[in-house]
Amino acid sequence: MLVRTEGLQKYFKIGRGQMLHAVDGISLGIEKNEILGLVGESGSGKSTFGKTLIGLHPRTGGKAYYEEQELPPKFSAADHLAYSKNLQMIFQDPYSSLNPRMTVLDIVGEGLHIQGQHSKSQIKDEVAAWLTQVGLNADHMSRYPHEFSGGQRQRIGIARAMIIKPKFVVCDEPISALDVSVQAQVINLLDDLKNSLGLTLLFIAHDLSMVRYVSDRMAVMYLGTVVECGPSDEVFFNPQHPYTKLLIESNPEPDPKAERARQHASIKGEITSPINMGPGCRFADRCPSATARCSVEDPKTTKISDQHSVTCNLFD
Amino acid sequence: MSDMDDAYKDKILEVENLNVEFSTYGGVVQAVRGVNFSVGRGETLAIVGESGCGKSVTVQSIMGLIPTPPGKITAGEARLRGNNILNLPAKEANKFRGVEIGMIFQDPMTSLNPTMTIGDQISETLMVHRHLSYADASAKAVALLDKTRIPEAKKRAAQYPFEFSGGMLQRAMIAQSLACNPSVLIADEPTTALDVTIQAQILELMSELQKTEDMSIILITHDLAVVAKMADRVAVMYAGQIVEMGAVDEIFYESAHPYTMGLKEAMPSNRNDRAKKLTPIEGSPPDLFSPPAGCGYYARCPHAMKLCETKQSEEFILSSNSSHFSKCWLQHPEAPKTDGLFQAGDEHAS
Ligand SMILES: Nc1ncnc2c1ncn2[C@@H]1O[C@H](COP(=O)(O)OP(=O)(O)OP(=O)(O)O)[C@@H](O)[C@H]1O
Ligand SMILES: Nc1ncnc2c1ncn2[C@@H]1O[C@H](COP(=O)(O)OP(=O)(O)OP(=O)(O)O)[C@@H](O)[C@H]1O
Ligand code: SF4
Ligand code: SF4
Ligand SMILES: [Mg+2]
Ligand SMILES: [Mg+2]
Repeated sequence: MLVRTEGLQKYFKIGRGQMLHAVDGISLGIEKNEILGLVGESGSGKSTFGKTLIGLHPRTGGKAYYEEQELPPKFSAADHLAYSKNLQMIFQDPYSSLNPRMTVLDIVGEGLHIQGQHSKSQIKDEVAAWLTQVGLNADHMSRYPHEFSGGQRQRIGIARAMIIKPKFVVCDEPISALDVSVQAQVINLLDDLKNSLGLTLLFIAHDLSMVRYVSDRMAVMYLGTVVECGPSDEVFFNPQHPYTKLLIESNPEPDPKAERARQHASIKGEITSPINMGPGCRFADRCPSATARCSVEDPKTTKISDQHSVTCNLFD
Repeated sequence: MSDMDDAYKDKILEVENLNVEFSTYGGVVQAVRGVNFSVGRGETLAIVGESGCGKSVTVQSIMGLIPTPPGKITAGEARLRGNNILNLPAKEANKFRGVEIGMIFQDPMTSLNPTMTIGDQISETLMVHRHLSYADASAKAVALLDKTRIPEAKKRAAQYPFEFSGGMLQRAMIAQSLACNPSVLIADEPTTALDVTIQAQILELMSELQKTEDMSIILITHDLAVVAKMADRVAVMYAGQIVEMGAVDEIFYESAHPYTMGLKEAMPSNRNDRAKKLTPIEGSPPDLFSPPAGCGYYARCPHAMKLCETKQSEEFILSSNSSHFSKCWLQHPEAPKTDGLFQAGDEHAS
């Protein structure tokens, strides 16, 4: 495993002694050169998991490993510098993650600049090459982030993360702001980099069809926990956990006739609050298969095949 | 545009020859170059297209949200029930914006005030535009939250934005945009940040409110599945222009413009072999500092002809009720036939 977590936890203090359980005991591993897709409810902790894994948040509990070395629970400035060479992130929000006062050249070239091994003109050449790779124009270099559309900014973020050729990248919704043609371009680029640089990715996205297409395995999160994990095609075509089933059923198709024929069965109710959570299955309030047992007993994780596991009382 | 008018009586909003540019350090960007469309009553028009092609700038112009400078609306009109609302003095414009036309964004946090409760923000809109008392406005705010199916609306109204989940924030924003019973709701990527279950809830809520409130919707999205689910008509934009427009089935099953077809081919299908590469459109969009004289798609188009380089195509009408047009020379009656393209005058070839 290139990266791995054991019971990873990240709680946020939110005042009045309350704790928000954003990530609550996640054990996942990603093999070298593998793409693990991560999907799940908005607010279920996908971004927080990705950030905590690579040290952008100090963790509350559990462990995280890179190349089987334990990562520090709280990164020092020196740790950030040392690990950022190999562990990178493409941020979900293309608006707030780019410094508005820096030009595109400075933003994308920052990683190389910090490493201090490239001359100014080398950095400029590299930035130009990466802007082209992500489908932007090399002369966009002198512009500022606010001069770009949402999708263009997202690609600046991709170039920034990839330019230093990291080993592992958390891609947090790297394509949702892009049109489908640029999406295809970026996905093919990630795939090429996976092959040429031996890159390993955690690919977070809401577009289930794309996640299935891109990922080797797929993990499904609900309220801070992973409820199902397995080979992408197996999870997508044969989902087992009640939440995964609802999620896959809600996935719309780009076909107006199919959409008109669709039975409306949108999921009812709101996600349970992740604040000060008690025992029991976190999906119990909304689960169509819930029994009395589900609201008192934490469901255990069951392996239903070699690589496919489900966390639900129906399976044990 | 006038060719399309007969098919759509009862138009609420008409945009004609909209041109918008931005002055930047590097020169002037012509972000929107002559956009025409109209929205009928109770209709949903989806706008799709290349990232950076001017979708957001188009609707921001209607809403008066273009920062000026650097932005400038250099030509065109946007008529709400026949009255132009572009370039109005702020006081006049505010009678329409957020009242007759409501807008929701991809990121609700950018338009909600983090320091005010959700209820008070909606009440404020009602007090300003509807001149309600605080007590009446507060009560109406709770009713609106309830209408967008926020559970325990009264309790929730007293909470701040950070206490809401992404899906609830989007609903709160819809509630706020409904405060003044708008006849047009503009939604710029409203569900891009949401998972598909919450997306389905929000889209179903929008459709339902559209019926009960008799609202028209302009929906900007990259997600062609969302278009398939929601749209009556679709406008496809490329490099600051609408290059194809038609009923949703026409765009999905009888698309004519090479860019539209490129978009459809780029999508992964659920049946796709995972080992197969996706097929993006080769090349990149033209530089809008100095837009090409001819077709904006020329450099990337697999069917480009000599003429396309220097002369922009007209909008060729492709359906008998004139709902469908494509701005491409291939649809000229005397153009050479190309395999797989729907041609004007053909029996529905696809
Ligand atoms: N810095 C923070 N302080 C307090 N709470 C936070 C912070 N960051 C995230 N949270 C909370 O943690 C939970 C998980 O958030 P996170 O952003 O990881 O979800 P997500 O799965 O990435 O959602 P989305 O799909 O909407 O991006 C949410 O309830 C969120 O409100
Ligand atoms: N404030 C600005 N200054 C300079 N250029 C701008 C500004 N706002 C937008 N632009 C330019 O105008 C063009 C259209 O932008 P717009 O935001 O409308 O694109 P979009 O179609 O909404 O793209 P996306 O799908 O990525 O959101 C882009 O090329 C962008 O660079
Ligand atoms: S443990 Fe119970 S409530 Fe939870 S998903 Fe399984 S059946 Fe549903
Ligand atoms: S006008 Fe010419 S270049 Fe433009 S899309 Fe049509 S065939 Fe292609
Ligand atoms: Mg996230
Ligand atoms: Mg936009």
